[in-house]
Amino acid sequence: MKVLVAVKRVVDYNVKVRVKADGTGVETANVKMSMNPFDEIGVEEAVRLKEAGKATEVIAVSLGPTQCQETIRTALAMGADRGIHVQTDVELQPLAVAKLLKAVVDKEQPQICILGKQAIDDDANQTGQMLAALAGWPQATFASKLVINDDGSANVTREVDGGLETVTVKMPFVLTTDLRLNEPRYASLPNIMKAKKKPIDTLTPEQLGVDAAPRLKTLKVAEPAKRQAGIKVKSVAELVDKLRNEAKVI
Amino acid sequence: MPAYEAPLRDIRFVLNEVLRIDTFSNLPGFADATPDVVDAILEEAAKFCSGELQPLNQSGDEEGCHFDDGKVTTPKGFKEAYAKFAEAGWIGLPCDPAYGGQGLPKVINFAVEEMVCSANLSFGMYPGLSNGAYNALHLHGTEEQKKLYLPKLVSGQWSGTMCLTEPQCGTDLGLIKTRAEPQADGSYRITGTKIFISAGEHDLTENIVHLVLARLPDAPAGIRGISLFVCPKFLPDAAGKVGERNKLACGAIEKKMGIKASATCVMNFDGAQAWLVGQKHKGMSAMFTMMNFARLAVGIQGLGVAEAAYQGAVTYAKERLQMRSLGGVKAPDKPADPIIVHPDVRRMLLTQRSITEACRALAYWAGMELDIAAHHPEAERRQAADDLVALLTPIVKAYLTDHGSLAANLGVQVFGGHGFIRDWGMEQLIRDARITQIYEGTNGIQALDLVGRKLSVGTGRLLRRFFHPVTAYLETAAAKPALAEFALPTIKAMAKLQQATAWLAQAGLKDPEEAGAAAHDYLRLFALVALGYMWCRMAEVALSKQESEERAFYQAKLAGARFFMAKVIPETNLLFTTMTSGKNAMMAVPDDYF
Repeated sequence: MKVLVAVKRVVDYNVKVRVKADGTGVETANVKMSMNPFDEIGVEEAVRLKEAGKATEVIAVSLGPTQCQETIRTALAMGADRGIHVQTDVELQPLAVAKLLKAVVDKEQPQICILGKQAIDDDANQTGQMLAALAGWPQATFASKLVINDDGSANVTREVDGGLETVTVKMPFVLTTDLRLNEPRYASLPNIMKAKKKPIDTLTPEQLGVDAAPRLKTLKVAEPAKRQAGIKVKSVAELVDKLRNEAKVI
Repeated sequence: MPAYEAPLRDIRFVLNEVLRIDTFSNLPGFADATPDVVDAILEEAAKFCSGELQPLNQSGDEEGCHFDDGKVTTPKGFKEAYAKFAEAGWIGLPCDPAYGGQGLPKVINFAVEEMVCSANLSFGMYPGLSNGAYNALHLHGTEEQKKLYLPKLVSGQWSGTMCLTEPQCGTDLGLIKTRAEPQADGSYRITGTKIFISAGEHDLTENIVHLVLARLPDAPAGIRGISLFVCPKFLPDAAGKVGERNKLACGAIEKKMGIKASATCVMNFDGAQAWLVGQKHKGMSAMFTMMNFARLAVGIQGLGVAEAAYQGAVTYAKERLQMRSLGGVKAPDKPADPIIVHPDVRRMLLTQRSITEACRALAYWAGMELDIAAHHPEAERRQAADDLVALLTPIVKAYLTDHGSLAANLGVQVFGGHGFIRDWGMEQLIRDARITQIYEGTNGIQALDLVGRKLSVGTGRLLRRFFHPVTAYLETAAAKPALAEFALPTIKAMAKLQQATAWLAQAGLKDPEEAGAAAHDYLRLFALVALGYMWCRMAEVALSKQESEERAFYQAKLAGARFFMAKVIPETNLLFTTMTSGKNAMMAVPDDYF
């Protein structure tokens, strides 16, 4: 059984994101980039499936500029077997990513495609769902537990607003990861060294027959408004009054 | 505890841009160390240090190690962190692939060690000692010994120690009393007491490999009668499976000022079975080959603490609001300005940082020369590198650890009262750093090593390995207008160093006490010249990249170089004056004065 994991290169979660002066996006020049944390969880889950003898091969896919290969190498160092890099410098939006992944899925025929539930840069939370729809596959999103059954299905526990929901999905399916699915490992030094020798295939959207052009136009990106200083109230009555009449929350 | 973020950009700057490790890709191990792989290694090491080791630093200090009836338990979390560290293969980074290591350059290992030491100095002791034992066995062990012990030390399944010190001898190992009795089967029985044995006993590994200095029955007196033995806690069979407990035990652990999570043990050997490593009576020279590595590694510890102290201090200085700037209000919307506006706070921060950055470059340079000494195809180049490392080792050990203590002290000073209380973790850095100036040969001994041993080798051959290329570099640099700003003060300091060396050669030859009295000042003078040289090289790179996207980064390098040239390197004048004032201020004082 092949497992395909999508990994996105994003601004590192430790970096304080700044908006570009011209308001066209966030500053990414000379900013530390790393793998989307939800995708790290995806790689970890795939590698665990392989270690448990459930998966035979783990393929890491990343889409975007040349530097995405570094992100693929990170996945390879964690234990993925090979990588696929779909190279493009155009801005990729969820629909284009889903279409490109669909083309890779058609080519590779994995039984499970794992994605992070969202990327920490755009927080779109759309790609996995779109991919499932395009592929006509079942989807199990926000997974906090995955159990592969012997009959070619899987039980997935999902984190939903009301608590935990367990669904059964038939392979092939799309899984999107939530934070509690696992704790990603540190890549070991021998695996970092081995990762260099693992193959990464490079493709282009044209080769996959996909038009990756953006459908949405970004009008403006702005920093959140600065928080105003608070005030001290003299009494509970004044507080209630302000909450009711100024903040209008009660 | 101050948060630690590995200075990866600074580390890469030294490795890739200043030392250009990529130009050594013809050496074994370097071919794999392409910049992208080095990046991946450093990033993962950084993640491990910040994520696993640093969170245990303060708790490990508060809790310390526990001793109960011969058993030592490390603080909460250490066992798990060690298991992960070993599992991830970090211990084997520089080790021989024949024994499961990665065979990567030592200079890369220096960078990883720096991060470990910044994050958790106590933790670093355990793998550090294993590395020492590995080096001694790798260089001097028999094939059988190597096959048995090295794979386990490399994987971290077993750990190592260096058992040198005894109650009556620390610096003067000629006084060692521990005995080794030959047995019919070719092994030996060791009896004696060793003290201050780091990682002598603990709960991290299934076995502990002690390297012990002891005296054979027919040994000549003094330093030439010491032999080196390997003495495992549990006796392994030929396949490396641990068996019977050897006759040795931990008698106590020390209560210490710092590195409290590192177990410092009294080790009692009571007829423990051991095997000779290397030749009879040649134990000191065998030990010294590993001690030279260890001394550089201790220098790296000083560097690691200095970096951690700077990071803590600079974060606080940007946040702490006190008083207004002397040059006019800087933060009108706040009740006071952040203390980083004050000249004295900047003096402290820049003293920490400008020296730390140059120390990093110096230590990594020594690390790279170690690799060249071990692997370069040309014998002449190997010898030159070996000479340079021999010369630089006492300087790196002593100066970097002195700087670690200084930087930790400045860190507390920047914090004011909050540095003195324990919550912020700044005072721990002072306590942890303090030992680095003492062990592996006190810094006084390092200075004597430099003036007594290193200067006299081959009538100044080691010195020429530094003086000739550095002088040539500085002369060329001084001719470049933009670089002259940094090269000229360094040339002045270099002139002082050469004068000092001539003075020392003359005065020291006549009277060894003069050399001893001058040693401390001379080592510091030498170190400052070496750091000035490193700053020139860093500035040269920074000047060539002023048009780059990372202009701010390179500008910062020039700022560091300027501070160093203006405020640090002039100390060479003072050192020259005090040094050449001679021994009398100390030695003419009658004994009953004290």
